[in-house]
Amino acid sequence: MRVRGWLFLVLLAVAVGAAGGQEARMGLTVEDTPSDDGRSLTVRWDGEADSPLDVRIERRMRDAAEYEIAGNARVADGEFRDLGLESDAAYSYRLVIDPEGAARTSAPSPYVSPQENFFRLFRVNALVVILLMGVLVVGYIMAARRGADLYIRRIAGLDAIDEAVGRATEMGRKILYVPGIISINEPQTLASLGILGYVAKLTAKYGTQLEVPNADPLTMAAAREIVKQSYLEAGAPEQFHENMVHYITQDQFAYAGAVNGIMVRDKPAANFLLGWFAAESLLLSETGQSINAIQIAGTAQVTQLPFFVAACDYTMLGEELFAASAYLSKDPLILGSIKGQDMMKAAILVMVVVGVIMATAGVQGFVDWFTAL
Amino acid sequence: MKRQVPILLAIAASLYPVIAFFFPARGINTFNQGLDEWMVIIASFALLLGIISMIQVNLAKVRRRAKGWIFSVLTLLAFAVMASFGIFGGQGETVLADGSTRLEPFTWVFQFMYSPLQSTMFSLLAFYVASASYRAFRVRNIEATLLLIGAVIIMIGRIPLGKLVFPFIPEVAEWIMKYPNAAAQRGVIIGAALGAAAMSIRVMVGIERPYLGKS
Repeated sequence: MRVRGWLFLVLLAVAVGAAGGQEARMGLTVEDTPSDDGRSLTVRWDGEADSPLDVRIERRMRDAAEYEIAGNARVADGEFRDLGLESDAAYSYRLVIDPEGAARTSAPSPYVSPQENFFRLFRVNALVVILLMGVLVVGYIMAARRGADLYIRRIAGLDAIDEAVGRATEMGRKILYVPGIISINEPQTLASLGILGYVAKLTAKYGTQLEVPNADPLTMAAAREIVKQSYLEAGAPEQFHENMVHYITQDQFAYAGAVNGIMVRDKPAANFLLGWFAAESLLLSETGQSINAIQIAGTAQVTQLPFFVAACDYTMLGEELFAASAYLSKDPLILGSIKGQDMMKAAILVMVVVGVIMATAGVQGFVDWFTAL
Repeated sequence: MKRQVPILLAIAASLYPVIAFFFPARGINTFNQGLDEWMVIIASFALLLGIISMIQVNLAKVRRRAKGWIFSVLTLLAFAVMASFGIFGGQGETVLADGSTRLEPFTWVFQFMYSPLQSTMFSLLAFYVASASYRAFRVRNIEATLLLIGAVIIMIGRIPLGKLVFPFIPEVAEWIMKYPNAAAQRGVIIGAALGAAAMSIRVMVGIERPYLGKS
């Protein structure tokens, strides 16, 4: 009886120990995060997909007395990236499963040091696409320099600029140009400023009044220089005055309110709404519609395009806005870059078709290559 | 020289973040973060330029008694009052001796005047959407008719009553949003992204220089 009792206790201890050991390891591994700046480690564990429990990840630097909290995750996540570490230091980790409840703690991992990497390998696909695009754009620019005839399709919105300026001139009313609401680091704002130069040359030529209210002070400074330069080139510097291009406010709705006020009071004959817009797009374009102004809009913001299409006479959709400077200037160098961009679009279309065929055939590798590697 | 130096600076400043995107070395990224901070500092100085412009334009309107000059007076007054509150009055809230709290003038104006005005402007959108939809959905040609049919299906499919009236409508609405609508949106997005990339390349290599006042 005594022997059987001891045997039972031994078996129980072995069973508990085995269960405890399995629980204690929890499949914890710590590795250097690949392709990073040497300031992070990746902690992984056996993540049960349906586990509702939380896990607290704790780290200890070598020679440190105690563990500190690195972060929290769900057990189901199975992975945690610890950022902001020192690259020369070594770290050990442990997991605390269900920290607010039973709080089971894993055995600590071996010490690991984060390593700095030279190149972000997971971005190699982006590099390939950028290089391909660069080669196409530069190639067509060089072809344009050699005198190749490059065709660019008609863009109705850009053709209508002359008509809009002409209408304002005939009516003796001003032209309102809104270059979007964000700063000059946005490509849409840069594209809009390119069109502003063309519009300003026309207003200088015909002696039409131009007003450019801005929501961003940096954009205002650049827009002012562009308008000034255009008036100089058109031979009418005396018509330019700094207050033509002015600042209102950076607040979205206050800006919309102020521009609407200008529209209602001054009744411009033509409104140009070109650049980056958000919810104020419809506030501006509907007010412009109510005063019967001819309206030319353009943005690459997909959510705002329907509003412009509904409320404006002409709308430049996405890429048309970026092609405007080439279309208006007829500069062969810029036309070359548009041609390169079109070729890249053709290449993407081919890749989409190939991807659809391969995914339908069950070959996933091609599609996966386009996500982060 | 006066033009070449800014162009060279623009080329370097635009290429550097691209390099930092691919090469994670700390030295490269630290300088890249520095560039972002410089942008904030330059924008702060530009804001001063903007404020001067705003004051000049509104003062000129008041002087000329231009149409709506009274709004310029209000703008200048509001600017002066808010700037004074911000600089001298403090922000946030103050705990009084009896334990209650009192909002500082800047925060009070922001919370009870500025925020409601913003909400008012935003809520006006509903009326603008209605008038724009009315124009867009008028049956003038085949495209407008298709737009009208699509819009009616989506609108009925997105309201609880729609399912009671036509049980299949929410599924049709979902299909329209998920496939034809998403496909069209992606087409625009891909085109716009390529356009933005080509535009950036033109700025990077100095072909297009709007930052210098040259369109």
